[in-house]
Amino acid sequence: MAADGDSTNASVADHGSLLSVRGLTRRFGGLTAVDDIDLDLAKGELVSIIGPNGAGKTTLFNLVTGLDRPDGGEVRLDGAPITGYSPEKLAGSGIARTFQLGRVFGNLSVMENVLIGAHTRLRAVKPATPLIGPLLELGLALLRPAAVRAEEERLREEVRGILARFGERLLPRIDQPAYSLSYANRRRVEIARALALKPRLLLLDEPTAGMNPTETTEMQGLVAELKAEGLTILLIEHKLDMVMRLSDRVIVMDEGKKIAEGAGEEVRNDARVIEAYLGHGLSQSAAAARETAA
Amino acid sequence: MSSWLDYTINGLILGNVYALVAVGLALIFGVSRLINFAQGSIYLVGAYVGWVAVVALRTPLFITIILVAAIAALVGLIIERFGLRPLQNSVRIAPLLATIGISFVLDQIVMLTFSPNPRALPSQLPDIRFQIGTGTIGPLDILIACIGVTSALLLFVFLRYTKLGWAVRATAQDRDAAMQMGVDVNRVNQTVFGIAAALGGLSGMLVGMYYNQIDTAMSLHATLKGVVAEVVGGAGNVPGAVVGSLLLGLVESYGVAVFGTSYRNLFAFLLLIVVLVFRPNGLFASAKQAPPEPLTGTFIAPSRPVHIPRWALLVAFAAFALLPFLPVSSYVLQTLINAWLFAMLALSLTLVAGTIGQVSLGHAALLAIGAYTSALLSLDLSVPVSMSIVGGGLMSAALGTLLISPSFRLRGHYVSIATLAIGEIISLVILNWESVTHGPIGVSGIPPLSLFGFELVGVTSIYWFSFAVMVLLALLQVRLLGSHIGRSFRAIRDDDVAARAYGLSLNRYKALAFIFGGFAAGVSGGIAAHLYSYINHETFNTQQSILALTIVILGGLGNVAGAIAGSVALVGLPEVFRIAAEYRILIYGIVLLLLVRFRPQGLLGTI
Amino acid sequence: MTSETTTSGPLLRLSNINTFYGQAQVHFDLSIEVQRGHIVCLLGGNASGKSTTMKIILGLVRPRSGELTFDGASMLGLTTPQIVRRGIASVPEARRLFADMSVRENILMGAFVRDDSGEVANDLERMLALFPKLGQRLSQRAGSLSGGEQQMVAMARALMSRPRMIVMDEPTMGLSPLFVDRVLDLIRTINKEGVSIFMVEQNASLALEIAHEAYVLQTGRIVLSGPARALKDDPRVRDAYLGGAEVA
Repeated sequence: MAADGDSTNASVADHGSLLSVRGLTRRFGGLTAVDDIDLDLAKGELVSIIGPNGAGKTTLFNLVTGLDRPDGGEVRLDGAPITGYSPEKLAGSGIARTFQLGRVFGNLSVMENVLIGAHTRLRAVKPATPLIGPLLELGLALLRPAAVRAEEERLREEVRGILARFGERLLPRIDQPAYSLSYANRRRVEIARALALKPRLLLLDEPTAGMNPTETTEMQGLVAELKAEGLTILLIEHKLDMVMRLSDRVIVMDEGKKIAEGAGEEVRNDARVIEAYLGHGLSQSAAAARETAA
Repeated sequence: MSSWLDYTINGLILGNVYALVAVGLALIFGVSRLINFAQGSIYLVGAYVGWVAVVALRTPLFITIILVAAIAALVGLIIERFGLRPLQNSVRIAPLLATIGISFVLDQIVMLTFSPNPRALPSQLPDIRFQIGTGTIGPLDILIACIGVTSALLLFVFLRYTKLGWAVRATAQDRDAAMQMGVDVNRVNQTVFGIAAALGGLSGMLVGMYYNQIDTAMSLHATLKGVVAEVVGGAGNVPGAVVGSLLLGLVESYGVAVFGTSYRNLFAFLLLIVVLVFRPNGLFASAKQAPPEPLTGTFIAPSRPVHIPRWALLVAFAAFALLPFLPVSSYVLQTLINAWLFAMLALSLTLVAGTIGQVSLGHAALLAIGAYTSALLSLDLSVPVSMSIVGGGLMSAALGTLLISPSFRLRGHYVSIATLAIGEIISLVILNWESVTHGPIGVSGIPPLSLFGFELVGVTSIYWFSFAVMVLLALLQVRLLGSHIGRSFRAIRDDDVAARAYGLSLNRYKALAFIFGGFAAGVSGGIAAHLYSYINHETFNTQQSILALTIVILGGLGNVAGAIAGSVALVGLPEVFRIAAEYRILIYGIVLLLLVRFRPQGLLGTI
Repeated sequence: MTSETTTSGPLLRLSNINTFYGQAQVHFDLSIEVQRGHIVCLLGGNASGKSTTMKIILGLVRPRSGELTFDGASMLGLTTPQIVRRGIASVPEARRLFADMSVRENILMGAFVRDDSGEVANDLERMLALFPKLGQRLSQRAGSLSGGEQQMVAMARALMSRPRMIVMDEPTMGLSPLFVDRVLDLIRTINKEGVSIFMVEQNASLALEIAHEAYVLQTGRIVLSGPARALKDDPRVRDAYLGGAEVA
């Protein structure tokens, strides 16, 4: 696959992309943080977005998940337009995300944090009736008829199942408040919460930031598992080793633009990518050194 | 007969006075991202120091002005150094509560020293008027304009040409970068507070002279007006605050000209709400930008709530339920009835402020809505009292939520400002909507409490009634907290960005919180109405809102048992120790300050 | 702008610094030295802990353990203004100028800790000689300048305190190639006058062009260090940025 992004993915685009982004742009005053980005993600793919500081990766995530509104371009989920939709709505459409450095609900227990992940799947206690829906929800929450209790119990069981993935790390702490957990555990809770949403599309923003090598390897294993189970994943990561091992494709951003796209090894040896990271000059000598070493 | 020019001059002069308060608020917000709720209290201090100087010491005007500015500045410095600086690294809610507590304490100290009766504050200036076109101005107008302009010039020179002034501007723009230039941010905060206080104090003195009257109720309105002007001009924007103040002065002046004096404050508060909702950045910024976040960080102090074993709760319940059988005086029972009514308000506020993080400062308005609804339903429509109380609760839930909903899109301190203003608006509407509420006359002859047709005669039956209702509401709230709604509330409080990312609609759940809380508060108000048999627009006031807040902080934000325990403590103990009414509010303010400083999670912990 | 070389030994030394953000460890036994009169750069990719190192030196973040000395004296526990008064100036990441203040006011803010207004005025003149473009923009609002011009102002601002050492956080980020060259020239010039420079950079090739020594940081650990000339041709630098065999 050529590293030149535009023409390559046209075929993927019309053949069942789960996520399809065209010409997405976001400006902040004089700075263009995201510049005319095109992106396609097929079901079951894991695509990583890499790039130096300030390249626009998290802004891109924010645009796709509704936390920010684009100045131009469009986003489609399974063909349906979702540009500019609110985060709440997108959660209901099956998009789950984690945040850079993690955002858990500090005063809620592990169980409660992950249960919030399943919020969009509540049916018995949250009827979709317009207008009086909220009041019905209040009434059902107070009365707790059998169907509501059953749903809550079922979800709690599910949460235990999700937490079991993390071995003994989270289950023994299931009722402890999230603020008391270690940093790595809090990031795990975040992922568990995302899984509770039963997402069609999972966006992970630097899931291993701040973790030591052991924790990183564990997280890498988890993401590989999720991919093997068929989850479609968009990943921002800096630990390029991990990126290479997990990704079907890698997209490189720099200064808001997509500068390369392709399989891991290709991208890593692409002169433009090396330049973006290391700067002009070193790339040449490093490339020369690699050639002599090869 | 006043001409339009007169009203314009009046508006500009008034605007000048507001500018002195608003500029102080803007300076403080710019440097520390804090809305100083105590600004109005410093204004009050200025007015009374002015009185002492003019009436007691008979100092010449020039000396009076210097005295007021100096003493007010000193008060400001003390507030910053001892009230706020210790909270620098504390949770987000702490400085907000601290300035509220300080304002309470200051107001009470002034009131205790001088009595709440209004006093005259003569300006010592000759009572002549000069003709200008179709209007007139007097020496006081000129004085106010001079002080306004001089202060503005001095401030300008200070900020533009002195080292410390530069430090202030630099800190307001980028605190970290300023520190990296060697700026001592603490000193900057001190300076700014001193200046803001001096200006605020002068403003109070001038207003007192303008109306030849000062009284302790001036404080709250001064804060609100100052905040209105500051928000209109753009938070932290000093020239904007000046323009906003002049605008506010004119709006008020013309409003009074057209609608009458009783609507004066209504315009100011409505303007505030309109600006906060549509243009939170002020009139001079673009609509797209998000307003500066007033203080970031964790909202409440994370803590493990004190676990009260079930048997202890049952014992407490039994003890209070069986209390009337013991030989206790009816005085004790009456005190506890009062405590149960406050507990219902506290339950409501702890849900709204604690569980979902909307620190509402106008909660007493919900009491008022419930009280008036219940009174009028039973009086005018002959609805049985038990039903009308429920009606009061429902009306408070519905109307209260609707009126507070403009604040849902706001964050941090702005929520508190907005709810305070909305509370004042509701109070003013009650005062002015005479056809329904009977205006200042109030509603009298409200039927006594009765249940299923049986009148509740005697303290004991009323005690049991209010206790039962309180317990019922508390149990419902506990049930709510244990449901998915309870955890949704808490998720929104802890991190509303992450909450939205997982499908929680902020508006929906904030509304539900106010609906539930509004019902509890409305019921409390309704019961009070039938208990007192007479209510007017002053029965449910800001002091009760602040007392409720103190109870809630004492008990622990979001903590149901804490709300009840806190009510018994703060309503009951002052009675037990026979503390005079005037001192109680002072004590509440001090308690709030101590809690915020030393134990923000309260006695029983936040949930 | 001379530095006082009173004693021997490094001007700045970090020894076994361990830093935590809450529970996450950001630095693992970090040790760095800046010799008097040298330019030292700290390289590393994102999330390597580079910016936190700056914050440690400036007193904005406290390490949990380790030592930090400047000219032999410990700096741990000092406030940022105190550290600045000891002779360290900073050029923060993304400039962080005071946007609503004029260029002139920004530059003069750099001299905030000084009392000698006469000499300050002379230094301002010297800045204008060093940064001629700024002369035309003195009364302009600093926020309205381009990134490169802002960087000039930031550097002038840093020089105004007559520091012995300047700490720079990613000075070339977001600049056009023309300004990048200018900034590097300026750094060399300033250094020749005796000011030591500690620079955090993502752009390794540029930094290694002008530095005397360099350290490479990867997830909080120094994985490579030595004379810049040697590191320039070392492929391990690229590996440290782009993954590959985990070094150390």
